[in-house]
This record gives sequence, structure tokens and C-alpha cells, in this order.
Amino acid sequence: MTAPAFAPTGIRFENIEKRYGGLYALRRVSLEVAPGDCVAFAGRNGSGKTTLLRIAAKLVRPSGGKVNFLNSGGEETDLWAQTGFVAHATMVYDELTAEENLLMFAKLQGIAEPGARAAALLEEVGLSERRGSLVRTFSRGMRQRVAIARALLNDPSALLLDEPATGLDPEGITWLANALRRMRDAGRTILMSLHGESEISALATRAIRLDAGSVVADTRARSDMHAILTFAGA
Amino acid sequence: MALLADTAVLLGKELRTEFRSRELLTTTVVFILVIVVLFSFTFDPSVGESRRFGPGLLWLSFLFAASLMLQPCFLREQNNDTLSALRLSVQDPFSIFLAKLGANTLFLLLTEVLMLPIFAILYNVHILAVFPQLVLVLFLGSLGVAIPGTAFSAISAQARMRELMLPLLLLPLLTPVLIASTEATSGLLAENPALRIDWLGFLAGFDIVFLTALWLFGEYLLEE
Repeated sequence: MTAPAFAPTGIRFENIEKRYGGLYALRRVSLEVAPGDCVAFAGRNGSGKTTLLRIAAKLVRPSGGKVNFLNSGGEETDLWAQTGFVAHATMVYDELTAEENLLMFAKLQGIAEPGARAAALLEEVGLSERRGSLVRTFSRGMRQRVAIARALLNDPSALLLDEPATGLDPEGITWLANALRRMRDAGRTILMSLHGESEISALATRAIRLDAGSVVADTRARSDMHAILTFAGA
Repeated sequence: MALLADTAVLLGKELRTEFRSRELLTTTVVFILVIVVLFSFTFDPSVGESRRFGPGLLWLSFLFAASLMLQPCFLREQNNDTLSALRLSVQDPFSIFLAKLGANTLFLLLTEVLMLPIFAILYNVHILAVFPQLVLVLFLGSLGVAIPGTAFSAISAQARMRELMLPLLLLPLLTPVLIASTEATSGLLAENPALRIDWLGFLAGFDIVFLTALWLFGEYLLEE
């Protein structure tokens, strides 16, 4: 990974609530993620993991409560612009090449020297040789690499990953785990939603279980993490 | 300036993806061609009859083609959740609309200009002398179709029964644009061609009002 040029970012969720009509997706969720933490969210489908991450990414407006980004001193700051978001959908265009995708998003994000940044990230995710190929010709694993590269364009200090391993084969999962390990070790804050245990969940320094929109378990103990991540239906 | 720069980048993406797949242009050109050819068989296209029915028929075919073209505009962004990636990247969400609006208007205009010579031959009307004025009417009319069309495409893409939703929302709203465009085209195809400034002004006014509304409220249409 490139040398970090970011300020460590923490995230504070204060009484986050999200309603879709009469249905509660999140019920007054409050938690604080310290800068450099790697948090795994577990829970059944519909427990609120994706909604919470999308609220943190400012893609979804909460019905109540607020999300604050914190600097290393714990003070509220406007570090949202330094987050990267990866969903289980790739969030890149199939009809563009890997390079065109990264170049376009780099330009939109106002990144200096977008061409050089795109080339460096393609090198980093091991797709330099396929940079001119249309994304639709890529395997699921390669698409996810492009997705990770897109999320890293702005050199984010916090990464939000919504089921990043969906559809990946074991080789792809190993690659993703190694990439995330390097990002975590570089000091990036990572919030990820997961289904079950894997090489990726082993990176977590904290596990949080959501059920019906509420936090029902929160631990840093490795032994408890296993129980949270492998809970029936997780 | 960031708005214009982002719009230019996104417009480039829209054009590149369309010219690579040619999905929309092929469909709409074939659709309009079928309508225009089919109707040329249903009545004797003398000059007089063509002047009476031609403009209405032309704009009706453009409207149906536009509803075909506008449907996938935001729907395509849902395949890989690329709309979220755009929302996270742009400084002003209006640039997403501006780029899509520019692309839709351009594609529609391109289709219309391609169809004009075929219409002129099949319906025995002379368009060469008024071609620049006709392009102006087509531009303002297409913009009038594309502005609410792009907005409603964003709404319907997130709705259930989306295929039904877009024409249901769009067609009643476009009635004034269709009337104004047809009248302005009629004026140009008349025996003594004249550019109807009143209808042209109406079209420009419609475009300005709806573009302003899109600028003010567009951001909310993109929210989940």
C-alpha cells in the first residue's frame, strides 16, 4: 500500500435511527469507533448492517441521530471526505475499462494527477496488465479489486465495507484479507459487515452484532468474537 | 466550475458507454423508423396532408422513442450500484443530472436529425430551406422532453412497477411540450414557412422552469 497521507479517523454514531414507513431498520444505535479500529458487524439479513454503513457513508439519511467523524484527539471534524466505501455491488461501470473507471472517479473526486493515481492503484491491486480491458470481461474477484482501488482513490483514512467478500472464491478472499490487513496496519479505520467467519473476519479488532436494528453484542475479546460472528444465521 | 468540470467528465462517460454498446440509439432509431414508415402507408402522403398530420406524427414518434430512451437512464446505474459511487464522488449532485440530461438530449436530437430526411422523402415535405430553424425547434422540444424525463427516470428507477411508472408520470406532463413543438414544426412546414416565436418562447420557458426545479430538488431524487 502507498504511504499513508491521512489523518486517523474515528466515527461516532449517536442514537441513529432509520425507519422505512413503519419498519425500523435501525433503532437508536449509539457506538464509537476509535481511529485505527477494525470493526466487524455481524447479524442476520435485515439486521441493519448495510443501512448503518450506508448512513456512515452519507448515502442514506438517518431518520434520527447523527454520525460524527473524529480526529485522533477525539474531536469532531469534517473527515467524511476521507472515507472509502465498498459494497457487495462493485460500484464500477462494466462498459468502461478498469483504467477508465478509476480515471473518471479520480477526476470527479478532484484528485491531483488522476492518471498517475489510477495507474498506481491498478498496480497495487495487481491489475496493471488488464487496465485496458472492459470490466465486464473480469471475474468477480478482479471486479472486486477494481472496487477496492476505486475506494482507495482519495487515500481514505476510514474504509466502509459492506460484505466485501460476497461472491469471491477462496483465492479472492485471501487477496482481500491481505489487502485489508495492510490497510489496517497502515492505520486506516475499517468498518465491515460480514457473514460468518473467514480470513477477513480474523482481521477484526472488535465485533458488533446487530439484531432487528439494535446492537445486541459488542466485544474486543477474540473468544467472544467467534461467538458473535458464527451466531446461527449470521 | 466544479459543477461544469464534473458534468463534462460524466457526459464523457455517458457518451462513451452508449457509443460502445449502441443500446439506446439503435432501439430508438429503429422504433421511429418503423412508426414513420408504417404511417406513410396508412394515408396518401400528399403535400397538403403531410403538412396537416406530419408534425404531430413526427413528435408522437419522438415522444415514444424518448420514453424508451429515458427508461434505462438511471436504471443502468442500479446494476452495480454505480449511482452510489457517483454520489460519493461528485461535489454537486446536479452534475449527475446535467450529464444525463445532456446525453439524453444529444441522443434524442441525433435520432431526430437522422430521421428528418427519411420523413421528408416519405411524406413529401421540403425541409431543406428551414433546416436550421427546424433543428432549433427539435432542440428546444427535445430538451423539454429530456428535462422532466431525466428527473422522472431517477424517481421511477427506485420504484416498483418502474416500467409503468415513467410513462404514467411523464406523458401527461409533456402534453404542453408536445403541443408547442408540434405547432412550431407545423409553422415551419407550412406553405409559407414561419418560425413561430410564441411557441418557441413557450418551449424555452418550459425548459427554464423545469431545469430550475431539477436544480433545486434534484438532489432529493437521488436519495435512497
